[in-house]
Amino acid sequence: MIKSLNIRIAIALTICLGTLYFLIPTFFPNIPSPWNKYMFKEKIHLGLDLQGGMHLVLEVDTDKALELMVERMSDDLKETMMDNRIRFRNLEKVDGANIAMELTEPEGKNDLEKLLRDKYPDLEIDSTRLRESGSFVTLKVNDRRAADMKKLTVEHSLETIRNRVDQFGISEPEIMPEGENRVMVQLPGIKDPERAKNLIGKTALLEFKLVDDENSLEEALRGNIPEGSVIAYGLRGDRTTGQRGTTPYLLKNRSLLTGASLETARVEISDRFGEPHVSLKFNAQGAVDFERITGENVRKRLAIVLDGAVHSAPVIQERISGGQAQITGSFSIEEARDLAIVLRAGALPAPVNILEERTVGPSLGSDSIRQGVMATMIGGLLVLCFMIFYYRLSGAVANFALILNVFLVLAILAAFRATLTLPGIAGLLLTIGVAVDANILIFERVREELRTGKTIRVALETGYSRAFLTIVDTHVTGIVAASFLIMFGTGPIKGFAVTTIIGLLSSLFTAIFVTRIFFDYFTWNFNVKKLSI
Amino acid sequence: MSIELVKPGVNLDFVGKIKLAAVLSTLLIIISIAAILFRGGLNLGIDFAGGSIIQVKFTENITADQIRAALKSTKLESSLIQKFGENEFLIRTSESFSDQTMLAANVDEPLQASFGEDFEIRRVEVVGSKVGDDFKRKAIIAVILSWLAILVYVGFRFEFRYGLGGIVALVHDVIITLGIIAVLNIEFTISILAALIFIIGFSINDTIVTLDRIRENIKLNPRKQLRETINISINQTLSRTILTSLTVFLTALALYIFGGAVINDFAFTLLVGVIIGSYSSIYIACTIVLLFENIHLAKVGKK
Repeated sequence: MIKSLNIRIAIALTICLGTLYFLIPTFFPNIPSPWNKYMFKEKIHLGLDLQGGMHLVLEVDTDKALELMVERMSDDLKETMMDNRIRFRNLEKVDGANIAMELTEPEGKNDLEKLLRDKYPDLEIDSTRLRESGSFVTLKVNDRRAADMKKLTVEHSLETIRNRVDQFGISEPEIMPEGENRVMVQLPGIKDPERAKNLIGKTALLEFKLVDDENSLEEALRGNIPEGSVIAYGLRGDRTTGQRGTTPYLLKNRSLLTGASLETARVEISDRFGEPHVSLKFNAQGAVDFERITGENVRKRLAIVLDGAVHSAPVIQERISGGQAQITGSFSIEEARDLAIVLRAGALPAPVNILEERTVGPSLGSDSIRQGVMATMIGGLLVLCFMIFYYRLSGAVANFALILNVFLVLAILAAFRATLTLPGIAGLLLTIGVAVDANILIFERVREELRTGKTIRVALETGYSRAFLTIVDTHVTGIVAASFLIMFGTGPIKGFAVTTIIGLLSSLFTAIFVTRIFFDYFTWNFNVKKLSI
Repeated sequence: MSIELVKPGVNLDFVGKIKLAAVLSTLLIIISIAAILFRGGLNLGIDFAGGSIIQVKFTENITADQIRAALKSTKLESSLIQKFGENEFLIRTSESFSDQTMLAANVDEPLQASFGEDFEIRRVEVVGSKVGDDFKRKAIIAVILSWLAILVYVGFRFEFRYGLGGIVALVHDVIITLGIIAVLNIEFTISILAALIFIIGFSINDTIVTLDRIRENIKLNPRKQLRETINISINQTLSRTILTSLTVFLTALALYIFGGAVINDFAFTLLVGVIIGSYSSIYIACTIVLLFENIHLAKVGKK
């Protein structure tokens, strides 16, 4: 303990002033103009359970992303192998992220290995089974590349979600990676949670594909899907009845152009019916591609496919230059706006699943604040009254320390931009109950020492020093226990753990250091005959 | 004249009642485990089991049956509907609505059809089974690690047998608190877990204070019988134990009464835990220390 009383007082005052500084914006939000420049700006950050809002944990389906990549690679590999005259049969992507094929010539395997080395460093041969006059080979993406790819997918998804949320216009959103393939999204004060979820969770993969008119759709629906084609369904909405039917289409598998080639997308209202549609503008390369594609496929139908659903499939009348296209359909203005946002922000590289959702309405939040503050006031007052009743003036000193402790915890929360949640408020109140323990320990000890006939100064001295290690022990174990709660990612409980830990730490300061100043000041400067304890 | 809860020089015979306490605790633990088994495990909330909770507030008086009727032939048909404060209800289901449109179709629309605009959805929580399993694993790890960490710390600061005494007390507290939760069929949520961890922290506090005093008294009077030393130490720290338990109890009580429905079960668990924690640090922790001493003496005696 520092001997000089003046230095100790100075330290305590500095900390009190610091507490005040960090709490001013929380308690007095409207500081007049010239003064607010010098003030701390941040209020205490309230958790979603107090201010209302939505908490989402999304899982990025990285396995799916890898599969999609392998699928693209297998198409590409097919062509390259043909170009290199390596003879094969039945090359296809099989379950998981593997490519299987049959090489029909004995030297095929060596050629394939060379080709992989030169052009596909990401692929490696997983297994080979010899067949007469050839071999059966499966390929896989090598592990390091697969891990990289998954990591990139998560990063890319995070970025895309961030873009979308930014464009949606929510103040102070929080978007963070969590674990290996999860993304946590917090949207405070959101009004329409369903819409937000739609906006965030939509893959928004836009593809342009040709309609396969050479083969029969009926035949395909019966199960004979021709090679290179797929069946996709269109959403045919009927605004008047609200019914949504589904129309099947037979599409060519290859997507000619994707949303990646877009420069921008925006909502327009068509003149004739006043219905909104989304107008697309391609980037330079996209515009060139679009012109070539439309030029090559005049009189054919081009389907606009969003996340696997056909939005429309107009007939190409002529070569289209200028790089403009439209997505029509029966949108509400909000749906059109959200679609434009997701198209601008880009597609998610992989589907995302919502693993966890917690939405709290603003009214419940303000009820919780009211009740939490009420409980804290009453609980705190009970403890304060009890301390005065039991320990008299010494109790008043402990009470000062307790109140300082509460404000100190709040100030630390504000300074570090930590979040105050409802369990956090509970934690704060409980900290009052526990922090007072330090003073009870000291006071009981001082009483014991006084009973043995020691002078007040000696009794205080021994009381504080004997109780000190015990207090440290109790605080450390409390902090250790609470810190295991931090690993629960969810906001409210983490808030409980954080306030409890901060409360215990700061009570070490207030309950021991600050109260000691009072006792030392009075016993050193005045001839105190009897200690009110 | 100061007020004294426990008069100085009081020497209540705590150690003499150790056998009684041991019987009582064993009985409580058996009942607790039986209660948990009888209920088929704890009543896990959606945090751990996965599922959805929807909190709805109505402007008028409405009964749970009316809500159930409104939700007929939706996916929420078989959900649990529970009153939660005034004109407020919790609809709980094991279904987790990960699909965005499901919730609107199964809750919003049917409720609107029956009650018009006279309700407000105040809270929606959906936890997928994957996250639930994660939380379950983490919860068990958190409790066990906090025990171990405290065992190591107390063992390091005191002696191993003291640490062991403290841990047995903590396990005792957790089991009995869980037993009471099971008997009252309180939903085990993450908040309850937080309360449990808090109780662990609180209970070890009490234990440490008592053990600390025992150690100090042993140093002062090494020749005295441990049994007697322990009893004196418990008496010396008794007023502090009662006072601190009282202040924590008061704050938890304020939470229980004024904190609102969301935090009610959490506060209740704390109230229960504070009582059990105070009892266990006097009886369980000290019993174990004494037990170890006796075993030790017996071994020494044989040699």
